[in-house]
Parts: sequence; C-alpha cells; structure tokens
Amino acid sequence: MSQEIEKKVFRGRIKVPYKHTAGAYVEKFITEIGKNNKIFGVKCPKCKKVYVPPKMICFECFEKMEEWVEIGNQGIVKGFTVITHSTPVMPLEPPFAYGIIRLDGADTDFVHIIKESDPEKLKIGMKVKAVFKEKPRKRILDIEYFEPIQ
Amino acid sequence: MTEIGKVAIVGVAQTKYEEDKIDQTYSELVFEVVKKLHNDLGITNDDVGCVITSSNDFNDGRTIANMAIQDAVGSVRKAESRVSGDGAFAFMYGAMRILSESFDTVMVVSHCKCSEVSQYLVNNTIFDPYYQRHLGLDQISSAGLMANMYMNKYGVTEEQAAMVVVKNRKNALNNPYAHLREEISINDVLNSKMMAYPLKELDFPPFSDGAVAMLLAKEDVAKKMTDTPIWFKGYGNCTDAYYLGNRNMTDLIGLELAAKEAYRMAGVNNPRENLDVCEVSESFSVHELMIYEALGLCDKGEGGKFIESGETEMNGSTPVNPSGGVLSSNPTMANGLIRVAEIALQLQGKADKRQVPNAKTGLAYGMNGICSQGNCVLIFGGEN
Repeated sequence: MSQEIEKKVFRGRIKVPYKHTAGAYVEKFITEIGKNNKIFGVKCPKCKKVYVPPKMICFECFEKMEEWVEIGNQGIVKGFTVITHSTPVMPLEPPFAYGIIRLDGADTDFVHIIKESDPEKLKIGMKVKAVFKEKPRKRILDIEYFEPIQ
Repeated sequence: MTEIGKVAIVGVAQTKYEEDKIDQTYSELVFEVVKKLHNDLGITNDDVGCVITSSNDFNDGRTIANMAIQDAVGSVRKAESRVSGDGAFAFMYGAMRILSESFDTVMVVSHCKCSEVSQYLVNNTIFDPYYQRHLGLDQISSAGLMANMYMNKYGVTEEQAAMVVVKNRKNALNNPYAHLREEISINDVLNSKMMAYPLKELDFPPFSDGAVAMLLAKEDVAKKMTDTPIWFKGYGNCTDAYYLGNRNMTDLIGLELAAKEAYRMAGVNNPRENLDVCEVSESFSVHELMIYEALGLCDKGEGGKFIESGETEMNGSTPVNPSGGVLSSNPTMANGLIRVAEIALQLQGKADKRQVPNAKTGLAYGMNGICSQGNCVLIFGGEN
C-alpha cells in the first residue's frame, strides 16, 4: 500500500481468545462425531421432529428436547452453492461447495461443506455422505466434509 | 400517548456513498450529515431532544462504538441510545421516543465504513461458534445457498435475477449519492465472475462508506419545522430462525409476517395498489425477487416474471429502489435508514431525477443479519 495511504490510517487488529461454553447438546454432538463417527439429533417430545444439529429448544413447540436419536451419516442435498472467493476463515481452498443437507432420519436441515468444485456435478436431490476427520479437533469440521455418493 | 401517524420525518441528510472515504473518519461522516441537517432545517443541537444511532461494533473496531461519534451526533450530556444493528430499527426506536411523549424531536443516525475491515470476516462472526462459524460461512455463501434453493423451487432464471441488477444500477444514475453509477447490461451480469453459484460477482453489491441522518418530530413541532412532514404510518418486525438449516430458504417468511403487520397498521389492503414506491434492502439480485413476493407485490414464485413485467421499474406501477438500492450503495448498517431517507425524499417530492411522480405512500424495508433473518418494514405517508 502506498505511503500516502499509510499516512492516513492506523492499522490495528483485535485478538481476543474465547472459551465458548459448549453446553450439553453441542458437547455430545461433537463428541459422538469425533469419537464414534456417529451423528445424533434430538427429538421434540411434542411434535416429534428430530433436530440435527441438536439444540435444547424446539422453537415451534417451545419444548425442551431430551431424547437423543442416532441418525444416518448420509443425506439428500436440498441446496448448494460453489464459492470462488477466498477468506482466511475458510477450511478448504476455494472453489468448494456448501450444502443444505437433510440427513437420513432428521427433520431439519444441516449446513456443511460438500467437497466438489464443479456446480455441474451437484444436483438438488443427490445423495451425499459424511467423511469423518481422522484426527478430530472438537469442531463441526470433525465431519471433514460431505462427498457425493456415486 | 401520541398516536402512530403523528410522528413525522422533517428532514434527511446523506453523504455520498463511496468505496473508501479515506480522508474522513466515521465520526466525521456522521458530523457531515448531522450538521447539514441542522443547517437545512435552521436548527441547532439544542433543538434536538434525543439521539438514536445505529452501528456495529465489529465494523467500528471497538465496543460501545457509539461513544466514538458522541461529539458528531451532539449527544454529550444528552439522552442517547444505540441500536447495534440495521438503521431501520434505529428509526423505530427513535419514533418510540416520540410516541411515548418523552421527546418532541429525535435525531436518528446510522453510519458504516466498510472499507475499514474485511466484511467477509465481520460477516463470518454473525454465525454461531459451534455449528456454523468454522465452516467459513459468510454473506456470500449464504446468499448462494438461498438463491440456488429459491431458483430451483420456482424455476427463476439467472437472466431474471440479472434484470434486478440492471434496473437498480440504472436507477443509481439518477442518484447523486449512489456509489456505483454506471449502466450495465444483463450480459455484463451473466458474464461476470462466478462467485457463489448461481450468483456472479455483479449479483452482489459493492462495499461502501457513508452515513445518513434524519430528524423526527411530533406533529405540531414537525409542522413548524417543514411544509412537507412525512408521516410514520405502519411498522412490522419479525425475526426468522437463526440456523440456516432451520430456515425456509425459498420464501422470506419473516419478511412476509413483518409486512402483514405493517400493512394492517397502515391500512394497506392491496400493496400493489396502495404503495407508490418501495425502497428495500436487497443483499443480492435474487433477494429482491424474493422480497417482491414476501411484500405481496406479486404471488409466491412469481418474482422472476414480476421483474420481467417492468412493474418495479421507474415507470412501472410500483417502482422498487429508485435510489439504486443496496446493489448500488452498501454501507451495510446504514442500509435500512437510507431506505427510510429515500422514501421520505420521494414523499416530499424532493427526490430530483429519481422522483416517482405523485408518490403518496411508500415502504422502506431494513434487514438485520443473513438472508432476511431480522426484518423491519416501515410505511410512510406524505399527507395527513
């Protein structure tokens, strides 16, 4: 950047570490993925809807959900995009896809990465399956990505 | 209590929106519009009862960032409060200070200098730190997902989406405050770089710097301050589910509910007939088509055909975004208050080259978060 511009700005960076309290729902979900390569949801006692990823409250019924249900590691793509812009917080080098995925046994949609860079090879309605990370890091990325089932 | 319909906008001021206003701090941008408004109305800071601002701490790089602009809004030792979010919500907060009879006049201000920090990184922090943030999601990828699902469900084409960009950019030629003032073609949009399939670079807005201010007043004070007070007629607000997978990504349910509430309050029975002009916060081309449907300007799934009909063009029955919209100027946090300011100018008959003839009733739509998560619909009328 030119010296002329540098004279006009103060450069800064906010670095503030957090320890976000996971809560029982996030903890179990992420632990099961990392340790056992299993995906769990929770079921609403009233409407019986299975939420994946799990959370405490069914916002439709305003009920606390406590029944854990194992669901499939495969699902149907309900929507996708392939991005080409790059930011420092992206887990993969673009281009790659994001998907809105309805996992087998779930009643809500799951947002994750699909490892496919060609939009022509992605279709709404296609099946994808989870690929688990070999060395889990206690992250949603312990499902490393989803990949199309050929 | 003061009734709705007895609160008026008496004047508005805007900066020009630009890519990088490197010679002005955001406080100086705010001072520019507040001082201009004082001068235009012939008032001093003593005539301002209360100040409501809208901004975002992540964009301004400090917490309680409203303290950075307290000199510029004249709020030292004065009632001041801030909405951490879109400026349309600040308008509502300001109007409530008058409706509750706490103050006779309220200054509402919103600013943003997108140039000071990566908007992709700021937007990534909108997402929860457990399930979404580490995926690297931002406003661009979310928009791509929404556009893909909506277009697939209703058979809306990329050409129809591009028509929104062409319309808004053409309108911006008539707006001296607009950031991007260059006419473009459908092919320019279609041939621009793929950014988040099916959306291309020109389906997205630029990032802009700028500020907007307006003075609100109760009825008798407003009538003394201006011959053209613009009356606040209706308000609706609705928030949709936070997690993208819990959202209906093909219809803007939150906006639909907010609009219904605002229409009920303002007595709008047939939005297409009753609304003379709309200014909406379209975050990407396809979004505006979805907004048409949620506002009831056309039926569900008909957004693509509706833009083709030309009804939202300047010479159509319901012009949408005569200012050029967000696709032409995008100082993010200020977008909603800019929509309100532009509607006020339209109803005052002061919109110059972008004036919609005989505009009597107008709608402003402001949005918080990603893909129409938080929705604020405001209806205004020019005669009382």
